[in-house]
Amino acid sequence: MSGHPGGILAAYQYVDSAAEAIRRLKSQGYDDLIVYTPVPNAEIAQAVGHKVSSVRLWTLIGGLLGCASGFALTLWMSYDWPLVVGGKPVGSLIPYVIIAFELMILFGAGATILGLLFNSWRTRQRGAYDGRFSDDQIGIFVPCPVERRPAVEEMLRNSGAVEVRVEM
Amino acid sequence: MATVVEPERQKAAQPTYHEITRDIAATLGRPSRAYFMLLAFVLVVLAFGVFALLWQIRWGLGVAGYTPPVLWGVYITTFVFWVGIAHSGTLISAILYLFRSAWRTSVYRTAEAMTVFAVLTAGLFPLIHVGRIWYAYWLFPYPNQRQLWVNFKSPLLWDVFAVSTYLTVSTLFLIVGLVPDVAAVREKATGWRRKLYEVTSLGWRGTDQQWRHYTRAYLYLAALATPLVLSVHSVVSWDFAMAIVPGWHATIFAPYFVAGAIYSGVALVVTLLVPLRKVFKMERYITVEHFDNLAKLLLLTGMIVAYAYVVEYFMAWYSGNPFERDSFFNRAFGDYWWATWTMITCNGFLPFLLFFRKIRRSIPALFVLSLFVNLGMWFERFVIIVVSLSHEYDPYAMGHYTPSWVEWGILAGSFAWFFLWFLLFAKNFPMVSITEVKEIIPMPRRGRRGS
Repeated sequence: MSGHPGGILAAYQYVDSAAEAIRRLKSQGYDDLIVYTPVPNAEIAQAVGHKVSSVRLWTLIGGLLGCASGFALTLWMSYDWPLVVGGKPVGSLIPYVIIAFELMILFGAGATILGLLFNSWRTRQRGAYDGRFSDDQIGIFVPCPVERRPAVEEMLRNSGAVEVRVEM
Repeated sequence: MATVVEPERQKAAQPTYHEITRDIAATLGRPSRAYFMLLAFVLVVLAFGVFALLWQIRWGLGVAGYTPPVLWGVYITTFVFWVGIAHSGTLISAILYLFRSAWRTSVYRTAEAMTVFAVLTAGLFPLIHVGRIWYAYWLFPYPNQRQLWVNFKSPLLWDVFAVSTYLTVSTLFLIVGLVPDVAAVREKATGWRRKLYEVTSLGWRGTDQQWRHYTRAYLYLAALATPLVLSVHSVVSWDFAMAIVPGWHATIFAPYFVAGAIYSGVALVVTLLVPLRKVFKMERYITVEHFDNLAKLLLLTGMIVAYAYVVEYFMAWYSGNPFERDSFFNRAFGDYWWATWTMITCNGFLPFLLFFRKIRRSIPALFVLSLFVNLGMWFERFVIIVVSLSHEYDPYAMGHYTPSWVEWGILAGSFAWFFLWFLLFAKNFPMVSITEVKEIIPMPRRGRRGS
């Protein structure tokens, strides 16, 4: 068992050929295809048509949480043991801005990583893969039932794929 | 613009995506004899540093050269030096990323790795400086029996938060940048390296969904790292500026320290890149254009530092404050005049040589200059910290500090510690970003070769 659904795997050398193939596949209803690229590419991303990643929400929430934690931590600890230092108020907001700022960055960055990991896991795609797709080629994997494979194979070949193979 | 994207003239020399993977993956092969000899040398120096540290732990801080009133010496000087070194890495990797500066792609990984290892080195010094390392956790707010909390009004504690955050965020940024590169070399690796890359590439395959989240996450990490880098050395500068020591208590300190940090960091990037480029045969990817751009950064930040020196002296005179005037007169003509003039020569005068295009584009000249800049920057911190403390208000309380062999040993050990990490990293992970170097070359399009 290969551990992934069966389908057709195609390798492309040219980005415009791959983008064209993606558009044609999507117009025929193959929405669950997987596209592999060695680098992020705007043309491919546009053809695939994803919405903007929700990682930004994680960053925002993490940052706000960090900022709030910074103020909460410093104020609570100050009033838990009220010690007057240098005649300053027990809870001095201005110096605490620094702690809140650093924690905003720390929590924001941590949440961004968690968001990246969670979203990558949630939208994980299972399909055939080839090492060349990390090197210099663009890959398209189209999961499809056996009876539709010849048509997909032909379409991929016609759109300029340098190699098309059936993955069981 | 960058080498690889520079138009027509160099188009023929543009590498293909496959060549980029191949050339950069080739740097990860079996290390040479020279590499092992260098590693052995670094380990010997590190062993001496560890011995000096153990000596201090056994006999106490008295073995350091501290003489009242100078109770901050080589350790704090070196702490500020290494934190400063870290800054250019984030400048090149995050700030220039936000500015979409294409030339950074070939050099940013080296700078970013340097950042992480420099902060890792810097973080040791407050612990060494406090003497009783085993109580280092007292720096952090932790629940304890007496319900005592740390003093959040102290700049020293701001530093704990700033430097810890910086280490965490720069490490995360480095790892995130590495993932697609490790996946690219994973396919070519064999044996234990393949296992290592399979684990560290975190299952990366470059799928549309992975890139969708990755590109956003990388952008936000860069956006968070940018204000962070500016804040960290500002906070470090407030360790001094918040105190009423003549020579420290100045509002210029934050920008002055940030510029100095980037200046010294860029210099160390040059110091590291010159041999790295030669040994790894990266001349095709790290070109004279890159060094020229780094030299321009050095020139800019060097001029800010030189300006800050002038302003410091001007303000000492113009303020009319006799203590401030005396402190700065002592810097230039007192016991430590040699340290001050080393600093002024290396940081105030030498960077102006970079106005000459010939020097900016001469790699040997830049290499030598970068060594002088780092010498000057270490002395800058020495002058600010030691010389100011040795000559405060009351002549009766003034003193002279001479570092002991233990402090010099730990300083040498810190360089060995830094280079140990750097050498191990350089031979096991791509020192030039495969993905980002490819990214600035347009993907091939039908009918023409493109890349």
